[in-house]
Amino acid sequence: MTAGSREGRADPDRLLARARAEEAEKAEKADGAARTGRLKCFFGAAPGVGKTYGMLEAAQARAREGVDVVVGIVETHGREGTAAALSGLEVLPRASLSYRGRALEELDLDAALARRPGLLLVDELAHTNVPGARHKKRWQDVFELLDAGIDVYTTLNVQHVESLNDVVAQITGVVVQETVPDAVLDRAAEVELVDLPPDELLKRLREGKVYRPEQAARALESFFRKGNLLALRELALRRTAERVDDQLRGFRLAYGIDATWSVRERVLVSVGPSPLSARLVRAASRMARSLRAEWYAVTVEPASGTPAADTKARIHAHLRLAESLGAKAITLSGDRVAEELVAFAKAHDVTKIIVGKPTHPRWRDVVFGSLVDDIVRTSGAIDVHVITGDGAETTERGAAELGSATRAIGGPRPESPWPVGEYAQAGLAIALATSVGWAMRGTFEQADIVMAYLLAVVVVSFRLGRGPSTFAALLGIAAYDFFFVPPTFTFSVDDLRHLITFGTMWVVALVVNGLAHRVRGQAEAARERERRTAALSAAGLELAATSGLAALGQIASAHFVEVFGGQISLLFARTGGTLAPLPGASPGFFDDKERGVAQWAFEHDQAAGRGTDTLPSARALHVPLRASRGPLGVISLLSKHPDEPALAGDPDRRHLLEAFASQTALAFERALAVEEAQASAIVVERERLVNALLSSVSHDLRTPLASITGATSFLLDQADVASPEVRRDLLETVHEEAVRLNRLVANLLQMTRLSAGAIIVHREWQPLEEVVGVALERLEPMLVGRDVQVELPDDLPLVSIDALLIEQVLQNLLENAVRYTPAGSPLLLSAETELATAVSANELDDLDLERGERSARAIVVSLDDAGPGIEEASAQRIFERFYRGARDEIAHSRDTSSGLGLAICHGMVKAHGGRIWVERSTRLGGARFRFSLPIVGVVPGFADLSEVLSEVPSKDAPELPLDAASEAPPR
Amino acid sequence: MNETTLLLIEDEPQVRRFLRATLVAHGYRLLEAETGEQGLQMAAAHTPDLVLLDLGLPDLDGLAVTRRLREWSSVPIVVLSARGQENDKVEALDAGADDYLTKPFGTGELLARIRVALRHRAQAGAPGGEPAFEVGDLRVDLATRQVFVRGEEVHFTPTEYKLLTLLIKHAGRVITQRQLLREVWGPNAQSQTHYLRVYMAQLRHKIEATPARPRYLVTEPGVGYRFRVE
Repeated sequence: MTAGSREGRADPDRLLARARAEEAEKAEKADGAARTGRLKCFFGAAPGVGKTYGMLEAAQARAREGVDVVVGIVETHGREGTAAALSGLEVLPRASLSYRGRALEELDLDAALARRPGLLLVDELAHTNVPGARHKKRWQDVFELLDAGIDVYTTLNVQHVESLNDVVAQITGVVVQETVPDAVLDRAAEVELVDLPPDELLKRLREGKVYRPEQAARALESFFRKGNLLALRELALRRTAERVDDQLRGFRLAYGIDATWSVRERVLVSVGPSPLSARLVRAASRMARSLRAEWYAVTVEPASGTPAADTKARIHAHLRLAESLGAKAITLSGDRVAEELVAFAKAHDVTKIIVGKPTHPRWRDVVFGSLVDDIVRTSGAIDVHVITGDGAETTERGAAELGSATRAIGGPRPESPWPVGEYAQAGLAIALATSVGWAMRGTFEQADIVMAYLLAVVVVSFRLGRGPSTFAALLGIAAYDFFFVPPTFTFSVDDLRHLITFGTMWVVALVVNGLAHRVRGQAEAARERERRTAALSAAGLELAATSGLAALGQIASAHFVEVFGGQISLLFARTGGTLAPLPGASPGFFDDKERGVAQWAFEHDQAAGRGTDTLPSARALHVPLRASRGPLGVISLLSKHPDEPALAGDPDRRHLLEAFASQTALAFERALAVEEAQASAIVVERERLVNALLSSVSHDLRTPLASITGATSFLLDQADVASPEVRRDLLETVHEEAVRLNRLVANLLQMTRLSAGAIIVHREWQPLEEVVGVALERLEPMLVGRDVQVELPDDLPLVSIDALLIEQVLQNLLENAVRYTPAGSPLLLSAETELATAVSANELDDLDLERGERSARAIVVSLDDAGPGIEEASAQRIFERFYRGARDEIAHSRDTSSGLGLAICHGMVKAHGGRIWVERSTRLGGARFRFSLPIVGVVPGFADLSEVLSEVPSKDAPELPLDAASEAPPR
Repeated sequence: MNETTLLLIEDEPQVRRFLRATLVAHGYRLLEAETGEQGLQMAAAHTPDLVLLDLGLPDLDGLAVTRRLREWSSVPIVVLSARGQENDKVEALDAGADDYLTKPFGTGELLARIRVALRHRAQAGAPGGEPAFEVGDLRVDLATRQVFVRGEEVHFTPTEYKLLTLLIKHAGRVITQRQLLREVWGPNAQSQTHYLRVYMAQLRHKIEATPARPRYLVTEPGVGYRFRVE
């Protein structure tokens, strides 16, 4: 062994160590929240090899290790061994679904998801669910379980693997309906081959261990022939070996162990409407798999005109099949199929092209050219594989499969299969031609009469469908023969020359027919395309011109309904991922079930409901609104007629729907972005406020501090120089400034509490008079020299307020008034009761009274001053935080304040459910600040205290206001 | 003034400094303690005539100091606290403190409170008390239960009279709402504050010249009422 080769070769110990490390890492990761489940598949060549038994044994072993193992669904088929292996395991009750009057049992997916076992056993991966279950296929159930982080053990037979399906059919002659995409098997973390030599299997079969005796006899005759079993076993072994090979290669690739990696292969398969294309696709998938190659399924649509709807649907079905097998499906457009294919292949470094072996007669190649020939000639370095489409069964199956797909299509112009009216019209046209011909007889030549018939056929072809025009051609020939070809009034022909005329008539009719049909198809397709484009662009324009989620929702709904008919409902994801209609929009046709389907579609970002593979029994089709950041919500479509073919089955309309959905989603995303931008603008505004506060506070704190420091330092240093008057003046300044600082700090504290929502209103019933008294008392020093009038009516009811907060409101208002009005000018403090609704006429504030209290009374407190008043414009903003109005300019410079006072008033009054506003004072000519205090609840009486008034005569209790004369003073 | 001893329990040196200057200038002897524990020890050792107690002490809260002092002493306690601590004040008063002052306060206010508290202590020692109470244009004859405002007799209901005399008895000192309710209406009425407020309003209308700017019956917001005598 040379040194070089030793380097190139991996050291097995190192490999093993690496693998172990990786496993450990994986296990660690698996502990994370976003863990997806591991799928283990017990893979077998045929029924009866012991897959289920193997699975159960493995599960028992895991259960012994302490894993939480639950049996989701396991069929014992009456096999004793299997039933015994089940013992001791928890079995999930099955869901019972009724279908056509029979109760059928299925895996209870929701119960399994709710139970969340560590490991769930789900037998028969290829099983097709009863209609009404959430998913069409059991493997979809399994995927959902895996996505939910649940490990799953399952079983699968080789004949159910999609890419091997036709090979199996070829070998055994039995077409298996239930298939599983190869991707499912690829997703399995582990595939365990359960192998049993055919002889052994046959022995078990004869012993009745697999099927019951009568079934076993039938099985032995058909499927379980030894030859079949050998072939199936080989397939299963090969498929498993391929997988192992893949894994090894993947591992080597991931770790760069194999430096020389072969040139990447790319396979292209040409797909057409022919049923054989499905076979081609499967063959290509097998080839691509064995080569580990990327592969493309390509179809070339004619550039001129659109193919008929059924053709398109078949092509679409083939592309979908290819996609499900892992191909990239590509649709090219062009008239020369070979040229387009080869150009694409060259552009994408394709190494192998797969085309079908022609099945048409050779002369057509001579006349129209051969696709295979063209490709072979032009493809240059690319290998071309020509593959047969044989086996009647497969073809039929393909046809049947496609037939069902075709049936599901609701074309833009649904034609009844036997349009009697059109045939009658065709007959009429020929009858007309005959009568015209009859009239021409004698004067015109035979050839002219033929022209009359041809004209009729052409007219019919362009006006009516393919069937009626063919019918017209036949009828025309017959009529011509009968009426005009000697011997007339018989179908016999004298002159063979006439046969040539018939032939020509027939060919001309067919050609015209074909042309007309194509032209009609094109026109129709063009109309449809135009309608669609118009609808899309109209919706796009309107969505672009709209802002606001609710308005967008309405427009989107309107356009959806216009284009697709039926009913539309839009649901949007709220925080937390639950879907809800837009505010103000009706929930539409939703019941719990539809809501559940919509939720599923949203969470899995996949269309669900009617016409899809998931929950197809739902009434509506639910398509996620996919935006750049993931789904925003779901649009749900309920067809007008429940029998109408499902929308999702028609590729064109489905694409249109998706285009619509994504357009809507983008519009909504834009709207959301705008909302977010607004939210961030609010944040910016808040920051601006904070900055305003900081600058204002620092200014307002420093000014008094500067005066205090200055005055005191002077007093300390030069007390001897100063006269007693100066000293006194300075000391007064210090005192005033200190008091001012104290007020400012109190305001700041209150503002902070208000902003933090830490203000709790301790309501107590009390007379307003007392609160007013306290406020006036507190501000006594400021009010010296002011004429402060107080007008409180005697019948003012008690109010339920927090005295400390309202007192502060009054203080701030009074202080504000003192600051901004000329010294010595009068103030008037008054209060009155009002209906709360009367107050809202003066609405200057965004705050409205609580709805329920509109009829309740309120006390409105007013403070009038004789100052300059408030400008109309600032009246709105004066209660905002840190607003300093025009008053500042006229105010004395020493009277700056951080503008907190009124903002605090606003906050306090609002906390009481009241409003605060300012108007012009009619009594003093200045500003009139007013605030309302709603009277919430019932003013308490005194009867409730009678039991505690034991020391007082009870007649004492209700007298309010107390009439002094009514009672003699106690002596 | 002959050597009245005051004990100041306060942790802020600047506040102590200013109080020391003020009180010594007014002839009081001042003892100073920085913590609650130290204050309690000094109160026991020196039996001061009055305690000035800060509510925000670092070790014990003022309420605890009040309670422990009251276990063995009836020395007048004047509580010093910041605004916004209304609940603490009420609790301290209910626990036995005699009065309170809200920081920042002026010296005039401080000296007035100290005088009132000392006077009440002196009265508590003397039996009977005075037969009549007179302040400004108000005269209450406690023996005959007659009330005269500006020389004219005003009639009172028994409850009003009881409330008025209670306030007069504590003239110059604050009384908490709870104390008033308990004394006048009984222990079950302590939460019926609106009751008290309505009666206070009635009293003001009978006594005060301008009920909205009372001269005698002053509200101590969040705490209670005070009959102002100075």
